[in-house]
Amino acid sequence: MFKALAACFLASILTENYILNRFLGICPFLGVSKKLNTAMGMSSAVTFVMVLATAVTWPIYTYLLLPNKLEYLQTVVFILIIATLVQLVETILKKYIPSLYNSLGIYLPLITTNCAVLGVTMLVIEKGSIDPSFGYINSLVNAFGAGIGFLVAMAIFAGVRQRLEKCNIPKTLQGLPITLIAASLVAVSFLGFQGLIDGLLA
Amino acid sequence: MSNKLTYQITKGIIKENPVLRLVLGTCPTLAITTAASNAIGMGVAATIVLICSNAVISMLRKFIPDKVRIPAYITIIAGFVSIVQMLVKAFAPELNSTLGIYLPLIVVNCIILGRAEMFASKNKVLPSVLDGLGMGIGFTAALLCMSIIRELFGNGTIFSIPILSNFIDPILIFILPPGGFFVFGILVAIANKLSDNKDNSQKNSCAGCPRGKSCSIVSDKEGTCNV
Repeated sequence: MFKALAACFLASILTENYILNRFLGICPFLGVSKKLNTAMGMSSAVTFVMVLATAVTWPIYTYLLLPNKLEYLQTVVFILIIATLVQLVETILKKYIPSLYNSLGIYLPLITTNCAVLGVTMLVIEKGSIDPSFGYINSLVNAFGAGIGFLVAMAIFAGVRQRLEKCNIPKTLQGLPITLIAASLVAVSFLGFQGLIDGLLA
Repeated sequence: MSNKLTYQITKGIIKENPVLRLVLGTCPTLAITTAASNAIGMGVAATIVLICSNAVISMLRKFIPDKVRIPAYITIIAGFVSIVQMLVKAFAPELNSTLGIYLPLIVVNCIILGRAEMFASKNKVLPSVLDGLGMGIGFTAALLCMSIIRELFGNGTIFSIPILSNFIDPILIFILPPGGFFVFGILVAIANKLSDNKDNSQKNSCAGCPRGKSCSIVSDKEGTCNV
């Protein structure tokens, strides 16, 4: 049980990295990865919302939509839950934990339409429908791992970008193109983790 | 008048191409362009959603209160995405399994929300529909262009028809995730070079953003916002 959870956690960080392998959440990855501290702020907010959203959407899907044969409402229900949740978290943080709000607050409104959050809530449902043993705890661990994977990729890439700024880049490649090519090289390094999890915990 | 309407369609294809010029909707662009047939499926699905949601949002533009407009738009878009999803599941189950999670994720595709906010909420129904059509075609064209490059080099085929596979070994990395980033980077560079005013693309990507004005990341000058 523990082993399976650990494998699930590591896999979602390294081999199924949401940014570099699944291309979810590319927009904040390219948008806010210029400085390490903003990258960390954004990714901790994303991790927080991912776990929270999975914690809420999983029971709603399993105990409300599934028994009533309303699976086709999944997209509508999930996006509305995430939007409400983000709004709620923002209000609560603002009122009770202003220090945390100041560091995460500005990123929260951007997360509603972040495809990584909607993606993780849907992917854990999909995994659960393929493998019935993939339950609530596994889903939460998977969501947390996805968030940490997001954070790792953002942190690495922020370092790469800070170096890029001092480089002499051809005019046509300046800005977005060179950022994407750098991202491609970071993704190559993550390809190296392929097969690691099976070998590690077999 | 008809010139203006034609412009609504054509601007999305080249001048304001949502993928290469406005840099919107990067996630599906990178994820599903491993084969040309996927690109067509994704492009058509997104175009249908874009046209329908633009039409409905434009019809309702005087009734949706300004404060709740984003949730209202998202609900309308999610409704159409669900319809498209059900149609694809029923009539093209193969496409459904290859697109997988990226089909419902059209909801959070910034092209659709961006056009709703930028265009449909301010214009009449007919121009909005044409704008949706143009943007959809531009999106499909960019996806197709990218997927042809990736499929040709990564698999030696186009639309599963063998082209290069008899001459050279496929360069597998083009189909793997890093190849997606690389080809996209090169395509954006080419688009920048051809249009020759590269500052434009970054300005536009903010203008197309639904949160253009309230976005604190941009006002902090933290970088290009492609959210």
